[in-house]
Amino acid sequence: MIASFLGARARLTPARLSVVLLACAAGCVLITLLSPLVGAGLPGQGLEVMSPAAIWGDDLDATIYWQVRLPRALAALLCGAALAGAGCAFQAVLRNPLAEPFTLGVSSGASLAAVLAIRLGAGTYLGGAGVGAAAVAGAVGAVVLVWRLARVGDALPPATLILAGVTVSMFCSAASLAVQYTSSFADVSRMLRWMMGGLEWTTYASVLRAAPAIALGALVLLASGRALNAMAAGPEAAASVGVDAGRTQTLAFAAASLLVGASIAVAGPVGFVGLIVPHALRALVGPDHRVLVPASMLCGAALVVACDTLARMLGQWPVGIITALGGGPFFLLLLVRGKRHADLWRS
Amino acid sequence: MLALTDVGCGYGAVPVLDGVSLAVTAGELVAVVGPNGAGKTTLARVIGGLLPARRGQVRVDGRDPATTPRRELARTLAYLPQRYELAFPFTALEIVLMGRYAHRAGPGLERAPDLAAAEAAMTRCDVAPLADRRFDTLSGGERRRVLVAQALCQGARLLLLDEPTAGLDPAHAIAVMAALAAERDRGAAAVVVTHDLDLAARAADRVVVLERGRVVADAPPAEAFAAPAVARAFGCALCVGELPGGGRYLVAR
Repeated sequence: MIASFLGARARLTPARLSVVLLACAAGCVLITLLSPLVGAGLPGQGLEVMSPAAIWGDDLDATIYWQVRLPRALAALLCGAALAGAGCAFQAVLRNPLAEPFTLGVSSGASLAAVLAIRLGAGTYLGGAGVGAAAVAGAVGAVVLVWRLARVGDALPPATLILAGVTVSMFCSAASLAVQYTSSFADVSRMLRWMMGGLEWTTYASVLRAAPAIALGALVLLASGRALNAMAAGPEAAASVGVDAGRTQTLAFAAASLLVGASIAVAGPVGFVGLIVPHALRALVGPDHRVLVPASMLCGAALVVACDTLARMLGQWPVGIITALGGGPFFLLLLVRGKRHADLWRS
Repeated sequence: MLALTDVGCGYGAVPVLDGVSLAVTAGELVAVVGPNGAGKTTLARVIGGLLPARRGQVRVDGRDPATTPRRELARTLAYLPQRYELAFPFTALEIVLMGRYAHRAGPGLERAPDLAAAEAAMTRCDVAPLADRRFDTLSGGERRRVLVAQALCQGARLLLLDEPTAGLDPAHAIAVMAALAAERDRGAAAVVVTHDLDLAARAADRVVVLERGRVVADAPPAEAFAAPAVARAFGCALCVGELPGGGRYLVAR
């Protein structure tokens, strides 16, 4: 009964939509509020778990909770939501379950701009925000370049887009290596640290800077759910039922790029979230983007908060390493199952 | 409802349609036939506004389909493309409900009239029992019937279906054509692009024969298939006969 109501094949009703999203939202809020209670203690003290009562006090624990760990959890929340939402959008408009921000050269473009900024001293003069801003510019530049390379008339053929994305990605990666090779040891260290993706210097200010862009991108995607559904059969089939396929592609691509850019500005490149979360959610709640996009954003947010908590417990690891270590085996599992079922989205 | 005047178009430097003129009024069921590569699907794409005409004029309900906003066009014209490759595992009912896209703006869920239209269309195409099955697990014929149901669910006054009976067994092919005839009887116009000449002879009010991008016949089935130019186009003689209990059949010789 419950399975037929909530399962991937159940028709999307207001009740089902509400139950799925409330469950995801509750999990997301809970993990965001609880995760700051856990973390590495002072050197030599190992893992420390705060009492929930401590957060209402005025001692050191409350300061750690409110001023250090909660902004970091909120940043993880925003990044996870942004990356999962962008993954949904890229997969929908490209009709390819393997498409994600990092397949399309966005990450490499951002990384190249960031290493250039570090090499030119932007980090020294402007701090982390300068490198973050350069990364956003790099992400946007890569998206625009891939877009222009792949566009054929009014159409955006998925194969051309992925090919353009991979080409730009490889070029940017090679250029990043060239910049690193010619940089000082200290700069190379900073570059590598940035490229691992991390949230340890997050403040409320950086969260507030990223939030409007992420909210705007999310709103565009949430409003495009029905059009994204129709795009699953291709632009021509979508147009035949009344969808302006070119406009839908452009809007979804722009919104996804905005989400990825904002996330990279906060946390650097964090991989696999945009790939694995929509995959897993599609099997659980079905492919309807009216539930898939918001559920993926909520679960992506919870996943990155959980990964960052684990990163803190391990002693301030970059969260990008945790998502990659967890996402790699998950992706291989998908590949193995996909080989068995002849495609990648069967559940 | 549909008027094409001296339409020419093609892909790149390759011309496909050359001076095609065609008119379909409400209450008509017209079959477009022709040998492989005659330009049938290109004609359907031009009518559907997906390929602009290089010369001549195309009008769907008085408007150029290539420049009419897609949502407005979809309320007048339901176009079923020849190819339909789904990237994600939607169910048959979800596919049919996509046909209701043009009836409401915004991201909301389907309402009672949408569900009623989908249920009626699925019943007419005999796919109601498949509603909760994943589209990719259906047979080729079942998928085609689901897509015809999507086009019927759209509630448009002009139906343009490219190979709606491809892969269907005879009983279901006849049932699909009967559903289109019912739409015609309700005042809609239907244009069916098909390779099934017997079905065209059996169900259509008029048959338009294309050869190398030109119309070589446009007449009732018996007359159209008897034209010498049509025999030349297909490379064989086509004879339309009358069945004792009423109805037509076609044989090639």
